[in-house]
Order: sequence, then C-alpha cells, then structure tokens
Amino acid sequence: MALVFLFLYAPIFVLIVFSFNATKSRSIWAGFSLQWYVKLFSDAAIMDALRTTLLVSVLASLIACVAGTAASIGFYAMRRKTRSVLMTVNNIPLTNADIITGVSLSLLFVLAVNAFNATLGDALGVRWAQGFITLLIAHITFDIPYVILSVLPKLRQLDPNVYEAAQDLGATGPAAFRKVILPDLMPGIINGLLIAFTMSIDDFVISYFTAGSQVSTLAMEIYSMARRKISPEINAISTLLFVSVLVLLVLINARQGRQEKLAKRQKAALTPKK
Amino acid sequence: MKNKWLAVPYVVWMAIFVVAPLVLVVIYAFTARSGGFTLENFTAMGEYAAVFGRSFFLALIATLVCILLGYPLAYFLSREGSGMRRIATMLIMLPMWMNFLLRTYSWMSILENTGLLNTFFKSIGLFALLNRTFGTNIEYFHMINTQGAIVLGMVYNFLPFMILPIYTVIEKIDYRIIEAAQDLGANSRQVFRKVIFPLSLPGVLSGITMVFVPAVSTFAIPRLLGGGMVTMLGDLIEAQFMGSAYNPYLGSAISLVMMVIVLVCMAVMNRFGEGEEGAVVL
Repeated sequence: MALVFLFLYAPIFVLIVFSFNATKSRSIWAGFSLQWYVKLFSDAAIMDALRTTLLVSVLASLIACVAGTAASIGFYAMRRKTRSVLMTVNNIPLTNADIITGVSLSLLFVLAVNAFNATLGDALGVRWAQGFITLLIAHITFDIPYVILSVLPKLRQLDPNVYEAAQDLGATGPAAFRKVILPDLMPGIINGLLIAFTMSIDDFVISYFTAGSQVSTLAMEIYSMARRKISPEINAISTLLFVSVLVLLVLINARQGRQEKLAKRQKAALTPKK
Repeated sequence: MKNKWLAVPYVVWMAIFVVAPLVLVVIYAFTARSGGFTLENFTAMGEYAAVFGRSFFLALIATLVCILLGYPLAYFLSREGSGMRRIATMLIMLPMWMNFLLRTYSWMSILENTGLLNTFFKSIGLFALLNRTFGTNIEYFHMINTQGAIVLGMVYNFLPFMILPIYTVIEKIDYRIIEAAQDLGANSRQVFRKVIFPLSLPGVLSGITMVFVPAVSTFAIPRLLGGGMVTMLGDLIEAQFMGSAYNPYLGSAISLVMMVIVLVCMAVMNRFGEGEEGAVVL
C-alpha cells in the first residue's frame, strides 16, 4: 500500500521540488530560487488562460447548475419510460470518450460558424469564429449531466407529501417550492455545482477541440508548454495547484470531522441519562 | 412541483449539442471529401489497423495493471480503521485534482535520457557497474518515447479511477455476510473467492470502464511520453481535426469505429456482469 502511495506522490514531489530550482534543468538541483514563480505571474499568455479558465468554469457550472436542477425536476415529473430514454441521452457525454464529445461538437461548431458567416455575417459584415462562446457551450453541455446525476437522487428521496402539506398550510406553489423542496435539494445542487466546476477546470480534451485558435484555457497552455519539453513554469503551476487543493481538502475534511463530532455530542446530549 | 415542462430547455439543448453532433459524426464518416456518399473512409482505415491494435493493446495492459495494483489496495484499505480510511481516500483523490497534463509532464522529467532516474542510476554507479561486468557502453536507460512509458503514464493517471469504485463497493459489503460465510466453515481464502470477490465485481467493472475508455482514446499521453514516435487512436483522430492533414471525414470514420468497438466491449462486459447495477458513478 505504501508503495502505491509512493508511486502516486513521487512525481508530484519531483514537480514541486524542481519548481524552486535555480536553473532550467529538470534533473540537476542548482540551488533555491523563486524565479519560475515570478516568470509565471508575468507571463501574459498564462494569466490570460487562467482568466479564461476561471470565467468559463464559473459561468458554465452556474448555468449548468440552474439548467440541471430545472431539468431534474422536469425529468422527475415524467413517466418512467420517457425519463429512462432521456437519462440515456443525458449519460452519453459521461460514457463517451472525451475526444468523441470534443470532435463531434467541433463538427457542429464549424458548420454553425460557416453557416453564420455565409448568411447573417456577410450581410452585417462581421465574421464569427470558434472561441469563448463555443467553449462555454461545450462546457455547459458536459457539466449538466453531472448536476442531474447529483440532483435527481435527492428528488427521489423527497417525501411528496411534504409539498402538499405546505400547500395545505396555505403556501402558494412557488413559496412551497422555495421553502420546502429547495432546502431539501440543496446538498445535491451544491454537490453538482462543485463537481461541474472541477470538471470544467480540469478539462483539456473537449476544450482543445472547441476553443478555436483565439482563446485558450490553462490546460491548453500547459499542453503546449509540455510539448516544448522544458518549461519550469509548469512546475510552479503544479505547486500552486497542489497546495491550494491540499488546503481545500484539509479544510473540507476538518469541517466534516467537526460536524460529525458536533452531531455525536448533540445526540449524546439529547439521549436521557440513566 | 410536478412540472415536466421544466425539462424542455435541456431536452432541446441535448438534441442540438449531444445528439446532433453525434449524427454529424455518422454523416461525415460516410461522406467523401468532394461530397456525396462513400465508404472510402472506412476502406482507407485498413492502413491504420496497426494503430487500432496498438491502442487497444496498450489500453488493455494499462487496465490490467490498474486492476492488479488497485484491487489489493482497495481491499486492504477497506479493512483499515475509519480515520486511516478517510486519510487514504483523500490521498488517492488528491492527485486527481491536479490536471493530468501536469502529472504526465512530471513523468517526462523522470524518464528522460538525462532525467532524474537516469541521473540517479548514474550517481550510484549503476551504469559503470553494468558496463564493467557486461563490457557494454551505456550512458542511460532508454525509457521515454517507448510504449512502456505510455502504459506507465496511463496507469499513473487512471489508477485512482480503478481504486475508488472498487473500494466503494467492498466497503459497502455487509460484514454479516462475511461472518455468515465464516460460520458456515469457509476459510479466509474461500470467503474472499466466494463472497467478497463476486460482490466486488460491479466495482471492478465500473473501474475497467473508467480506465479503459480514457486510456484507449488519449492523445496527450502518447504525445508527451511517446514523443510522437508511438501513434495511438487519439493522435490519429486529433491529426484529422486539428493537424495539417485536416480531414474531418476520415477523422469521423475513425471516431465512429472506435466508439462502436468500445460500446460493444462495454455491452459484452456488462452482460458478463449479469446486469447487476454495475454503474457506480462517483
């Protein structure tokens, strides 16, 4: 077991150590330096890509969150047969290889761009090309299935009587939804949002085929740097990413641990002492 | 609350951005460069048979290695205490949150001819020793730009996708079933073979899917660790869509064939899993 963990972490450790190396070498240590971090933050292309990545991930996951929740409620109301057909389609982007999703979307986008430029674009004198919009559409498309997969089970756990009870007590439909249903769905919605966001941040393949030549995401920048072989800035990115993910995970874990402890204590306090 | 019209926007969205693109792939696959129906894209694929074979072979090996490494780990992990389990699952998931390109890049620097491993071997005098005993004259082990490096990269990147589903399934096994088996006289080997292993199969199947599909279609890993010397299906498709050899018709045909082969493999495998609730999506 320890060996597998060594296998998983040794390369990451190597990346981190050499991000502080004073020379470009990836195998010989030549002293401590922060120059690659300075270089990273002054690299306009990388900073641009970082902005694009964050913007597209935030927008796509938020839109996917709203659309996915609405779609889940709609699916839930459908007959089982219709629902299972739609769920099969919903799962296509999840089960298909990323490259297939990427190239199929790029075929559609190329057609759409050409059709637009030949008609409306010609008339108005504007030219459209694949870029941020197509990237965003692609991200929304592969994000929504994750939201649905995490919201739909929550809907199934719902007690249908609660909604009617709220209405019996005088709540209007929307108010009952907001005050009774939504709070119950919230954990699923938040979970879906987080999964969608990390999928967007992490995606390389689908972005690569749909972003066109004008915009690029962080993963695309990393790919082109890695192809140039020696780029110590990559090590610096890795270190920053690793540290932030580590901090995040530790925080989440600590919070969960504390909540569990709290719940246990409350339970103990509530059970009558003998 | 019960409002099915809420799903309409997404159904339309799926029709445009999920179904239509796949239909386009099928149409393009049967279209000639000059337009019109053709089967040429498929007959032209014969020369890429080796690439198909290599991709499926390498992905298969990577999947097998992942099972061999991942299953025992998941099994032993499930028997640890809850604190240890929480830390260990976190440690397994942590690398997944780093982009796979970064993880692949780190292997480039380790496996290079002048990379870390070779520098290390040199510093402990391994090459000098080998050269003296065998009378050879080697300066380094050739590790990068080989098929082995690609398999290593796949295993490294996709191993967590094998461990986690297996672990989730084994952890959920009702311990009373195991106790019952022991009460009925099964020794620990029999318990594993007749109870735990069959019950963990759904996890293994979903692990196989989660490792094999990305492995067979990857183009970044062979490009970075194979140095362009070893072409895989992903590279081939990428070259048709992004490269100088722009030919989306052939690219679509290759994609279509790959998709169909993968689907058939999955269907056969799920049949083998006897239609159990196989998909453990994380």
